[in-house]
Amino acid sequence: MPARPLSPHLSVYQMSRYTLATSICNRLTGLALSAGLLLLVYWLVAVAAGARAYARAAHCLSLPLMKLLYLALILAFSYHLVAGIRHLVWDTGRALERAQSRRSAWLVVALSLLLACGIACAAWLAGARAP
Amino acid sequence: MARRGPRAVSLRSPLGRVLGLGAAKAGVHHWWTQRLTAIALVPLSLWFVVSLLALPALDHTTVYAWMRQSGTALLLMLFVAVATWHSQLGVRVVIEDYVHGVGARTLTLVLVTFAHIGLAAAGVFAVLRVAFGAAP
Repeated sequence: MPARPLSPHLSVYQMSRYTLATSICNRLTGLALSAGLLLLVYWLVAVAAGARAYARAAHCLSLPLMKLLYLALILAFSYHLVAGIRHLVWDTGRALERAQSRRSAWLVVALSLLLACGIACAAWLAGARAP
Repeated sequence: MARRGPRAVSLRSPLGRVLGLGAAKAGVHHWWTQRLTAIALVPLSLWFVVSLLALPALDHTTVYAWMRQSGTALLLMLFVAVATWHSQLGVRVVIEDYVHGVGARTLTLVLVTFAHIGLAAAGVFAVLRVAFGAAP
């Protein structure tokens, strides 16, 4: 490993900055969604494996603790989606000024919370409706 | 790129500049693929969430019937493939940033790449099994 400082050297940044917070959140939510892929594939494989295997998987997937996990995944999905769109806008060279970036950071937080609330409410309603 | 003063002499050869491949010899391929998969995932992931929420129940019969439809199977396979691809690209960067030491980093990268390919294959195969399988 070279002796020169390597990026990202977290200690040189001001941790309270919104730029750092939004960036690290995008990474963390991305990692959470990567872990969520395990659940998705487990569910798909269970569907293919037949009704009895699915019933066993469904039992594990509907434990009370899993509801908390789904809520976390919904939050991660919403944030990563909206923050990712912000990155795609940046990639076109737009909205890179400091004031615009600060505004869009708040917009990302607000929109992702709104989206997460919407999905969580819809999921709750669907759960209450289903047997 | 901004114009530089006459004193700023580039150390890159003209051939290196034309090829634009950089130290990793891959150029902007990683960056570009990450963006392409991100753009594709916006509609795909929203479709997945909305259709999951729209299912009347999550029992085997309902989910199986849903997965058997051609459109659902196609979009599900695309979703699993593109999501694992995008995930692999993202996790790779995190590992490159935070796992120090060449040996540990290489080993982690290999394991994570294998895991992602395995996940993609398992997911796609599961959907195909349902799509081409007999009715329950």
